[in-house]
Amino acid sequence: MRRAEGLRHGAMLRGDGLHVSLGGTPVLHGVTLDVAPGWTAIVGPNGAGKSTLLRLLAGLLTPSAGRVLLQGRALAGWPAAERARQIAWLAQQGEASGELTVREIVHLGRLPHLGLFTTPRAADERIVDDAMAATECLAWQHRRLHELSGGERQRALLARALAVQAPVLLLDEPTTHLDPPHQVALVRLCQRLVRERAGQAVVSVLHDLPLALQADRILVLQAGRVCAAGAHDDAAVHEALIAVFDGAIRIERLGARFIATPNLEG
Amino acid sequence: MPHGDRRQGRLLLALLALCLPLGAAGLIAGSQGWSLSDLAGPDAALIVGQIRAPRTLGAWLVGALLGLAGAVAQGLFRNPLADPYLLGSASGASLAVVLVLAASSFAGHAMSLATADLLARIGLVVAGFVGALAGVLLTLVLARGAQQTTRLLLAGVVVGVMLGAGSDLVTTISPEALRGKQTFMLGSTGFLGWPSVALMALGLAVSLPLAWRLARVLDALTLGVESAESLGLALPRLRAVLVGVLALSTGIAVSQAGLVAFVGLVSPHLVRRFAPAPHGYTLVASSAAGGALLLAADVLARSLIVPQELPVGVLTALLGGSYLLWLLHRRGVR
Repeated sequence: MRRAEGLRHGAMLRGDGLHVSLGGTPVLHGVTLDVAPGWTAIVGPNGAGKSTLLRLLAGLLTPSAGRVLLQGRALAGWPAAERARQIAWLAQQGEASGELTVREIVHLGRLPHLGLFTTPRAADERIVDDAMAATECLAWQHRRLHELSGGERQRALLARALAVQAPVLLLDEPTTHLDPPHQVALVRLCQRLVRERAGQAVVSVLHDLPLALQADRILVLQAGRVCAAGAHDDAAVHEALIAVFDGAIRIERLGARFIATPNLEG
Repeated sequence: MPHGDRRQGRLLLALLALCLPLGAAGLIAGSQGWSLSDLAGPDAALIVGQIRAPRTLGAWLVGALLGLAGAVAQGLFRNPLADPYLLGSASGASLAVVLVLAASSFAGHAMSLATADLLARIGLVVAGFVGALAGVLLTLVLARGAQQTTRLLLAGVVVGVMLGAGSDLVTTISPEALRGKQTFMLGSTGFLGWPSVALMALGLAVSLPLAWRLARVLDALTLGVESAESLGLALPRLRAVLVGVLALSTGIAVSQAGLVAFVGLVSPHLVRRFAPAPHGYTLVASSAAGGALLLAADVLARSLIVPQELPVGVLTALLGGSYLLWLLHRRGVR
């Protein structure tokens, strides 16, 4: 895979003092974060504001206070198509519907590059093939979305997000409906993306703690505030995780990595 | 290549080929049954050239406009049961028609749709067109634009109810308008002349290419509104254009032929069932399907109970309703 041009190392996407209310209810209370190259997992209890934060970063929501900066420029000032080439966003599952085949769906990921009126070139076809290969859906690329199982749909939609080849990839609960082998495959994919493409940033909301602990960095969110942010092996992050989940989990070292297990003794 | 491509080509060819025998039948189907001698008789130029030919061509165009509008509506509102009449065009057109009928009956020239002369007919058609567009505009104003689907659909319902009540009020005050309104509500291809054909052909020539150019927007919308936005599409503007296409094609069809039911709803369904495809194809094929359907319904309506003629809208409602019922019964609507 080619690397996108014009990348800068360091924070490519930055949220600064983000406040947002949805339907009159405050959801985020001044969240500040830097999205740097590498894989960041956003973790927190239900209703913590994880998906809302991801929408803000994708430019799909406007904060009531604070701002999002992409490469130092306010995200709101970016032309839509240019922004879409820089940031790919994968929705939580459930919204996609219809008669398109997997390949046609994945092709939509090239829209930010092609616009509405340009026909795909051989290079686009190759990128689409690569994206489908990465999520193992080449074999059924001509089946229609509504004929697929939940996990297969998730992989097709993930391939759509990959096909954008954006330097920032935002994934909202990408492991939903995936069976354990494909959950592991997703972890490997995120690790490979940030390793193979210099400057690549992946941010994923994950409810599955053992998977989240495989990320490079972890951001712990609770009730609209950042409780802790740091490397996956940061003790402060582990403490925050245990605290926001009311001590229902334990985090232990296993070889070079950490794992989370349910704490059944409390 | 996926085998779906071949199915898509075949369906489109079949739909267009079907129009030849149906069109021929439309030319020889008269009030006294089918007769080839009409084509050679002394009045052939009048009967075939001025009545049956524009009616046959017009029926296809009404169906094509509604088929296109249905495919646009279902893609735009992400709802397989969306109908082109959702945005208030039908109620706007029928209120305008009723108003014109009532006004003319107050003025002393009681005219009904069935006996109106050409001038009166053109007057009604213009009123229907203006009313249809006014209904859609009112819906858009109430919904404050086309950005929010739910608000748009709700506004369409409100406008439908209010304008419907308006026409009921007018017909209560002026019962003479009732018959004309009824004919209009049932939908009929009986009044289509060459001016109608020209107007509808122009409408289709504008709205079909425009919708086709924006087909990828409808494709992206299948992912969800936010996902489409995340792909860099300027959705507010693009949706406004698509709503415009929807309003234009429905408004023209309604103003020429009244409320022809179910063609707009069923045509995209038929196409998706036999040849599921991205919207670029579905829009074109649904248009062709709508044309073929209404042409067939029109020929049937003219020949089922000769010398009487069924309102074609009643026939499409019966056929379309049965088809949807069968679909629901068979596997549920996706």
